[in-house]
Amino acid sequence: MTDRALVVVRAGALTTVQDLGRPGHAHVGVPGSGALDRPASALANRLVGNGIEAAVLETTLNGCAVRARCAVTVAVTGAPCAVTVDGRPAAWGAPVTVTAGAVVEVGHAVRGVRSYVAFSGGVAVDPVLGSRSTDLLSGLGPAPLADAAVLPLGEAAGAPGRVDVAPAPGPADELVLHVLLGPRDDWFTKAALRMLAVGSYRVASASNRIGLRTDGPALERARHDELPSEGMVLGAVQVPPDGRPVVFLADHPTTGGYPVVGVVRGRDLAGAAQAAPGTPVRFVPVPVRR
Amino acid sequence: MRPLPVGEDALLVECASGEEAGALHAELLRRRSEGTLPGVTEIVPAARTVLLCGLAEPRRFATLLAQWDIPPMPPAMRETVEIPVRYDGPDLAEVAAMWGVTAGEVARIHSQARFRVAFCGFAPGFGYLTGLPERYAVPRMATPRTAVPAGSVGLAGAYTGIYPRSSPGGWQLIGTTDAVLWDPTREPAALLAPGTPVRFVADGAL
Repeated sequence: MTDRALVVVRAGALTTVQDLGRPGHAHVGVPGSGALDRPASALANRLVGNGIEAAVLETTLNGCAVRARCAVTVAVTGAPCAVTVDGRPAAWGAPVTVTAGAVVEVGHAVRGVRSYVAFSGGVAVDPVLGSRSTDLLSGLGPAPLADAAVLPLGEAAGAPGRVDVAPAPGPADELVLHVLLGPRDDWFTKAALRMLAVGSYRVASASNRIGLRTDGPALERARHDELPSEGMVLGAVQVPPDGRPVVFLADHPTTGGYPVVGVVRGRDLAGAAQAAPGTPVRFVPVPVRR
Repeated sequence: MRPLPVGEDALLVECASGEEAGALHAELLRRRSEGTLPGVTEIVPAARTVLLCGLAEPRRFATLLAQWDIPPMPPAMRETVEIPVRYDGPDLAEVAAMWGVTAGEVARIHSQARFRVAFCGFAPGFGYLTGLPERYAVPRMATPRTAVPAGSVGLAGAYTGIYPRSSPGGWQLIGTTDAVLWDPTREPAALLAPGTPVRFVADGAL
């Protein structure tokens, strides 16, 4: 009997199933969701021979462990960590062949926050609105992993990637976020816009898949009226009443009523996914021609 | 209409009013269905704006948009969704007091209004419905409830909304419906999408 499935041995602090998310439904209030560190999840998929749209596991800080009920190729990317198979050290950032019954242990992140674990064939939980992603804001998709949960796997399609070790830049000591100013930069004082550029910010511990919160100097508003709800994009730097910028990540709400001072460049968001609480954040405002 | 650049590939079009945003949204949907809209990943209307995401050339699109001749809000392109409601909400008396009418009249006024889903947000399938005259606007509750049951019909500002599932919330609750607002296994999952005309039908004798 071919039982293509995983059994969760140790769910970890927060491990979710993620793919490319469910874009196209924001108008009915559905967040885009999907893997926070897209390059890392795509790499993990390629290493095991999957298309980049296959669902992977996204861990948070302390990894997870699963028992494979079938022979499967596994790759771990994203936050660097120790990987073991039945207790024996195995490669991180490379395809690892696992026999049926073996336990794959993804260890604590040595740096960064989120490791991505891809399995040949992909995690094959039922999709919701075309995606297998867990959306922590609206509760769509599978629940976060729980001990003893069983996750079906799809049929392996392609041959595993032919690289032995994939070079991937580790998380940086400082998170640099280029911010394209607008649409509501004019809701802030000139001093606030300077503060965004020079202020010393750090990743706050309340950060999650919805947003990267920051600790640091408050941004002063030039306007104090209420902003009618408007559409929010991935990477939006929203400034709530406490003045501390929040960078919207994959599970962000689709509309919001606090002004967005700017939007983080798409290619900087993978870094935001890997910035642990306490990491210094440097915002680099980029003026936009109107 | 004022198009504001948002990040690398999005445009937030700011309109003078909710009606203008609704008209622009309808025009965007019309052009998308006839295949004359540049590729976009999302069209998200809100209170006074429409957000377009995934534009290859947002700046160019902003220029094109300035030349559009947008007809005023067209008569509803889809059928009116009728929502049966029991006007039995815990805030009904308070809303009646704010409106200066009886509870029965709240039900009558609310069920006679013609609503439109202006936009969605807060939760999948949660629509912000316009249609009540501005004089019936009510404030949100000072202290939001920690749990509002699914199907609760509430008021905030001049909007009406229905909770698709149990969640915390600060809207003034005037009634309850058994309508299923959100079912991801249904096509479409959301009963109320932006632009949908809505009527509330009072359930039972008043």
